[in-house]
Amino acid sequence: MSTILSLRDIWVEYGDKIVLERVNLDIAAGSFVSIIGPSGAGKSSLLRLVLGQEAPTRGRLLLDDQPLTPECGPDRGVVFQRYSVFPHLSVLRNTVFGLECAQAPLTARLFGARRRAAEQEAIAMLEAVGLGDSLHLMPAQMSGGMQQRLAIAQALIKRPRILLLDEPFGALDPGIRADMHALITRLWRDYQLTIIMVTHDLREAFSLGTRVLALDKRRHDPHAPHRFGATAVYDLPITRRPPLTGDEPEKAPNIITIDDLGNNWEGQA
Amino acid sequence: MRWVNRHVRRSNRFALGALPVLVLVLLYLVVAAQRHAVDPNDKILPLPDAMVRAIATLISQPDPLSGRLIFWADTLASLQRLGLGLGIATAAALLVGLVLGVLPPVRATFGPLVTGIAVIPPIALLPMLFIALGLGETAKVALIVIGITPVMVRDIAAHVAALPREQILKAQTLGASSWQIMIRVALPQALPRLFHALRLSLGPAWVFLISAEAIAADVGLGYRIFLVRRYLAMDVIIPYVAWIALLAIVMDSALTLLSERLFPWAHGGAR
Repeated sequence: MSTILSLRDIWVEYGDKIVLERVNLDIAAGSFVSIIGPSGAGKSSLLRLVLGQEAPTRGRLLLDDQPLTPECGPDRGVVFQRYSVFPHLSVLRNTVFGLECAQAPLTARLFGARRRAAEQEAIAMLEAVGLGDSLHLMPAQMSGGMQQRLAIAQALIKRPRILLLDEPFGALDPGIRADMHALITRLWRDYQLTIIMVTHDLREAFSLGTRVLALDKRRHDPHAPHRFGATAVYDLPITRRPPLTGDEPEKAPNIITIDDLGNNWEGQA
Repeated sequence: MRWVNRHVRRSNRFALGALPVLVLVLLYLVVAAQRHAVDPNDKILPLPDAMVRAIATLISQPDPLSGRLIFWADTLASLQRLGLGLGIATAAALLVGLVLGVLPPVRATFGPLVTGIAVIPPIALLPMLFIALGLGETAKVALIVIGITPVMVRDIAAHVAALPREQILKAQTLGASSWQIMIRVALPQALPRLFHALRLSLGPAWVFLISAEAIAADVGLGYRIFLVRRYLAMDVIIPYVAWIALLAIVMDSALTLLSERLFPWAHGGAR
């Protein structure tokens, strides 16, 4: 499988606080990478790097072998835990927005035939995420799960190279969450997406991902807790993929390999 | 039952709200009547019939000098100044506030200037305005604009800057440019706030209008109040003040209603 995203010796520092150190990763096209780790281990920092919200202090990010500019762009879609949709736009207009921005640089609005074409495309996308009946609702009238469905449709209509999910299902109740797991799995397969998902939910990480990255600090100095950053201490490829229907709870990963860097836990009292 | 849990039904709310107003009116009438019992020519607390007579004259009888119906001429002149001032201030606040809120470099450059202007008491600038712009309409409108714009600009800028970061990032991942984010993401969400800021600015705007009219004008609600003060004409002043209050309440309610109609999503939608 071809590499779509490469991180080369990435360091992220805020002042003298080191968040990430020596992160080297290659993300294969079509993979579903779950990132887990304790709070403060730099999961979100890593996601912000890939998103382009922040630049690394050192190191390089390559998307399709091209260096990433530290700015968000339409090649990387994102769904946050909250606030991903525009509260002043209806479901349909939220989804059309991405098409309007590309096609109408000055007004960011489409009219006539082009508008109808864009709306058709958006409606197809909304039907794929199960919002075909809710085209004219406002986000405030929808449940959290529906809002996340909308956020996913909004992102996918741009056909991003990578879809980034920042605890996308963290605020949903368990039943809805299971539905969303089935949805994202189906979309991942149907649209051949590459997904990077940050989550706190280990079960979610293992049941959805084809690869699980655990971030943590490899070394810890009790007198200067900020002086060491986190990196990928475990890198576990998961072979699952008999089609996940959503109701089978979790499958024990068939293979767990611990990457050669990831097992030096000596000194961790 | 705790008082924090005692909710008033809608039908009772009007009656409850009217109660203090009625009490005040009643109190006024009692005191005024007492004073008139002592001195039938008392001018300080006129009785309603005196007020009605005085205002009726101003409403319906042309002024012998100018030939105008004074009450309506005053109202028109004041509303015109107020409307112009509020209009210019609102447009400026939206434009500047939006740019300041969305573009960090602009905020860093002009934010301190706006803050600096906002802390100057506008009345202190009134002499400068009169010197620079003359005693005509321009100076009065300018006072209102200078008085309320900086506060509105800061409010809009702060509101736009406080939009969830996620929304701005999301818009960028959808391919939006700075300009597109400004007109499609920030502007629509700034508009309800603009209405709110405008409502809050109505009070100060009236203050600046009356001040400017008190100092240099030949027509206007504030001018009239300060003019007839020389004759202790409380029978004109009190109805004029009530009229100003009424106008302000109508404007406030109209803005609220308009905002709810135009931006239902910003007002909790279907609750």
